[in-house]
Amino acid sequence: MSVEIVRERWKGKVYEMMLGREPHTVRVGGDTSLPFMHFEGKTARPVTALEVQDVEPSDWPEVLRAPFAEVLGDPVAWACRCVEVGADLVALRLAGAHPESGDAGAEAVAATARAVAGAVSVPLIVLGCGVEEKDARILPVVAEALEGQNCLLGQATMDNYKAVVAGCLAYGHSVVATSPLDINLAKQLNILITEMNLPPERIAMDPSIGPLGYGIEYAYSIIERKRLGALTGDRMLAQPVICLVGEESWKIKEAQAEDVPEWGDQTRRAVLWEAMTAVTLALAGGSIFVFRHPESLTRFNRKIDALMGQQVY
Amino acid sequence: MILIGERINGMFRDIREAIEKREPGPVAEWAKRQAQAGAHYLDISTGPAVAAEEQPAIVEWLVRTAQEAVGLPCCLDTVNPGAMEAGLRVHQGKAIINSTSADQERMDQFFPLAVRYGAAIIGLAMNERGVPKDAGDRLTLAMELVANADAHGIPMEDLFIDPLILPVNVAQEHAIEVLETIRQVKLLASPPPRTVVGLSNISQRARERSLINRTYLVMAMAAGLDAAILDVGDAALLDAIATANILLNREVYCDSFLKTFQKR
Repeated sequence: MSVEIVRERWKGKVYEMMLGREPHTVRVGGDTSLPFMHFEGKTARPVTALEVQDVEPSDWPEVLRAPFAEVLGDPVAWACRCVEVGADLVALRLAGAHPESGDAGAEAVAATARAVAGAVSVPLIVLGCGVEEKDARILPVVAEALEGQNCLLGQATMDNYKAVVAGCLAYGHSVVATSPLDINLAKQLNILITEMNLPPERIAMDPSIGPLGYGIEYAYSIIERKRLGALTGDRMLAQPVICLVGEESWKIKEAQAEDVPEWGDQTRRAVLWEAMTAVTLALAGGSIFVFRHPESLTRFNRKIDALMGQQVY
Repeated sequence: MILIGERINGMFRDIREAIEKREPGPVAEWAKRQAQAGAHYLDISTGPAVAAEEQPAIVEWLVRTAQEAVGLPCCLDTVNPGAMEAGLRVHQGKAIINSTSADQERMDQFFPLAVRYGAAIIGLAMNERGVPKDAGDRLTLAMELVANADAHGIPMEDLFIDPLILPVNVAQEHAIEVLETIRQVKLLASPPPRTVVGLSNISQRARERSLINRTYLVMAMAAGLDAAILDVGDAALLDAIATANILLNREVYCDSFLKTFQKR
């Protein structure tokens, strides 16, 4: 007996964002169905990034430092290593601009960003230090330094989006719009940003995810609801979603704890945690995944290979 | 919510005069204004002043004039099958036929037109005996429409049942019967037919027309209404629809919800 496959017909789609410069551009989003429902529409393969910091990280556990041990103090060499191990994008985190860890000025971090951009061919994500007022001061200068590179800059929040978006508008970048696990605020922020005339396909939504075991279900349902909004024609929920899985996964005690033998090997445990967080949120509809450990990225890609493969009914 | 702009209708003096003089200006102007206000369809009606033999030419002219001004599809509002076909023949895109009653003779004329031109169609829950007095009788006629449409192979999403609103100042008891009809029409088939009302009729010759219109539309939306022929120029009405969309969880809330509805 033949079984008729019931197909949902969607009228909307996720915006497709283009990052980087020819011939090394990366396309993000453009999905026309729920994730990996290949029989209903197109699933764009999620893209991966590895995080690089402008200054040597002080709070990374040894098992996370190990894969990049010789390059942690050199963002350019570190970025090149990320590309070698297979990242689609490099995500430069300007941690050194944080008022409590160096307080580097705009010109200094912009010089680092320019050096990294000059050393790798893949597109760049550049994230500020996470302090909204400081990011409002440094990101426009970084945007200018990276003019023509077509980067993804962030994070823009409800409190600092005007300065960040102005930089993106003036120098041709896209923006990461961050909201605190709240779909209504995410939509509102998209509206405010597009009212500044940044095209809607130049926004990536950062829902402020929680990792596995730490509220991932909230992130999951918000990302899923955004995708449903995109597919049903809500253009202010149709921006691709970026998930900072590395940053969030490596903060938790299961990744940090060194002396808990009953939890198993720390590297394996932490890498699995990061990879599982990413795979879960890819199933919800995430488009860009920023990792810290290269092995998590490899494991994630292996799973995505399988999910992107042919489906048999 | 599908919004059908009511303004290109010979009942309005400027359109009636435009029809008499074959002056495209007012028709094109109202097509543009309604499109800008967010209409999805333009209702096209010659009004009662045009003689039957002239109607096909007039409907054709109105459709051409409106569609040249804006790209919107039309809701062709005439009881004259010849005029309906004349309009459908020149119409670009998917039209709505407005309308057939539940009389067998009318259904046998209009459902084949919907099939031939790939149009959606409004079925009025009335017959030669007039508008039913309660929801039960309206539903009986709605079922006739559903069965006949189905027999012609018209998908239920292309059938809009109009339960027929009467003016509240002369037929007050009908308003609640229409709401009940809207609710129950959804039970007649699976997938269900859609529902539409001619909203402004509820407030004919009443005071506070805009308030009555928007209050009733929100009540009808809560009952499951899919479409309405209405005054898209009534900003308070559109704000009420935007708000109802939020409260009915049809749209994700954000602080700019009125603005996003206006710009949709």
